Amino acid sequence: MSLFARFLKLAQKHSALPMIMIPVVLVGIGVNMFGSSLLLNVYTYFCVSLIMVLGLQMFMGNSGILNWVHIGFVGVGAYASGILSTAPLVKSMGVPNMFPALVELNMPVIPAIMVGGLVAALLAAIIGYPLMRLSDFVGVITLFATLIVFHVIMTQWDNVTNGPRTFFGVPEFTTLTVALIGALIALAVAYWFRESGLGLRLRASRDDRYAAMSIGIDVVRVRYYGFITSALVAGLAGGVWAHFITSFSPKAFYISEMFILLSMVVIGGSGSISGAFMGTVFVTVGRELLRQVEGTINNAHLLSFEVYGLTEAVMAIFMIVILIWRPGGVVGGQELRWPLFKRNKPIVTKEVEDGV
Amino acid sequence: MIDLEFLINTLSLGSLYALLALGLVLVYGILKLVNFAYGEYIMIAGYGLYFSATVLHLPWWATMLFGVAAAVLTSYLTELAAFRPVRNKSANALIVTSFAVSIFLQNAVLILVSPRARAVQLPPIFSQTVNIAGATTPVRNLLIIGTTITVLILLSLLMKKTVLGMAMRAAADKFTTTRLMGVPANLVISAAFIISGLLAGIASIFWIGRSASVDPVTGAAPLLIAFIATVMGGMHSPTGAVVGGFVYGLLFNVLSITLPASMISYRDAFMFVIVVLFLLFRPEGIIKGGYTEERVG
Repeated sequence: MSLFARFLKLAQKHSALPMIMIPVVLVGIGVNMFGSSLLLNVYTYFCVSLIMVLGLQMFMGNSGILNWVHIGFVGVGAYASGILSTAPLVKSMGVPNMFPALVELNMPVIPAIMVGGLVAALLAAIIGYPLMRLSDFVGVITLFATLIVFHVIMTQWDNVTNGPRTFFGVPEFTTLTVALIGALIALAVAYWFRESGLGLRLRASRDDRYAAMSIGIDVVRVRYYGFITSALVAGLAGGVWAHFITSFSPKAFYISEMFILLSMVVIGGSGSISGAFMGTVFVTVGRELLRQVEGTINNAHLLSFEVYGLTEAVMAIFMIVILIWRPGGVVGGQELRWPLFKRNKPIVTKEVEDGV
Repeated sequence: MIDLEFLINTLSLGSLYALLALGLVLVYGILKLVNFAYGEYIMIAGYGLYFSATVLHLPWWATMLFGVAAAVLTSYLTELAAFRPVRNKSANALIVTSFAVSIFLQNAVLILVSPRARAVQLPPIFSQTVNIAGATTPVRNLLIIGTTITVLILLSLLMKKTVLGMAMRAAADKFTTTRLMGVPANLVISAAFIISGLLAGIASIFWIGRSASVDPVTGAAPLLIAFIATVMGGMHSPTGAVVGGFVYGLLFNVLSITLPASMISYRDAFMFVIVVLFLLFRPEGIIKGGYTEERVG
């Protein structure tokens, strides 16, 4: 086989990545040049969400464990990076009870985001140690309880997080370009992770835990490493998000936000990077449209009361419909491949198809 | 020295938690579904109480029936509309569905009623206190203990003596075999959801009775309690759920007393950490179940 043919084959095998990246960049350039400020905001938000969703997909999609804590790690990254990069004067005014040692801290934004990611990963390394041993339903419930623990700590520890009040004054750093670059890196990392030896072993443990054990895969260990990697991405995403939104409170890292991330992963299909990407696109577009509808209804005073929660209710129905109709998500467990509509027989086992 | 007040408090809290956990574990046993929408049945029952008392002006006993009926109906309808179609898909699909159902119900109430809390009128007996051998305690604490004992007796009679109960226990053990014996799957699963809704409704009366108000996120706290209690007690049997409920109530009260005032707001966090550490040593919970097969649709 000639070198060129070999390159073509390789390019075709990994065609999912350019097929996602090129449109993301092109739309990004278009939005940057011609978009309104609203569109610019939405697209930046989309890119940041994409980083979070890819982080979630890395662990949840490959291991099949519903990772409720993910948004908690996003919060840890956001707070860590916010505390590290905000000017001491702003912090001493905004967070009156903060530990003096924390108030003094001040570093540039990029290292602050990095440290935020590392803090999240470190935390994952500690709590993942007991949690990754628990499978199935006990695992789901304990991860859910861990999210609550995160939330309790974030709302109560006012020496660090300003308690339930808003933490503000985080320097603005995340422009569309920054978010776009972040999203591209996250895409590459998540794709690489899925195809790596660790990702493959993790997927094997998802499809059949006992078969995986029998061929020598240490299920607890691969889950543990996957969990830490995913938390690292979540922490970094949190940092990027914090420097975009600049003020936030613990509410932003709780169940309703987790629902959005989860709906992105589930609607697209958690088994693949393409699925996570498509889900993020659908949900972002859907939410913006619904929000417009909600705003129009409220502004026009058609009804005697304000409509709240329409967006979430419709998204929930949409999610249930997808789960009934295509439990593996719109894309399913396989990556997209060039050419799009010429499929050579996909390997569809029950687990891969269902791997929510 | 354990005083009587502490004992009654713990027993009543444990009873409430046991009821909550029991409703969750009945569905889990058969369908292997961790039902995130369970808290919403409690919330809907609360709104049923509010609606029947404030809008329909029903007498107190009728409002309670109305509230419980609302929970049962919601439970059954969610089973029909959402859980039945995804039943034979993966376990995660089921859990995510229940989560979506929960979000949907919360926001439906948000749209249809109000995001603000509504006051629920309950009979005066709920706010009275009584003195037993020197210990002052609200009457509702005694009511919940009595109700729970009655419910537990009735439920165990149902499970042990009736054909439906036996079919449900068999289904929880080996669903496929039970179906091969001619037990209709839909019937058993619907029955589990109906009983689950019933328990949620009864527990809701007492849960709402403590604060006398209901809002769209009322269901979150009891859901979490039911989760932790079942995980701690053991997910494989109703006994485990009841034991878990009481142990959890005890743990809650002990922590409330022993934690210093500055740490009391971290109580939930402490509790979950204790539970997670406990599960590390005994992942199957306090009560070990017998053999359970993998989930089937």
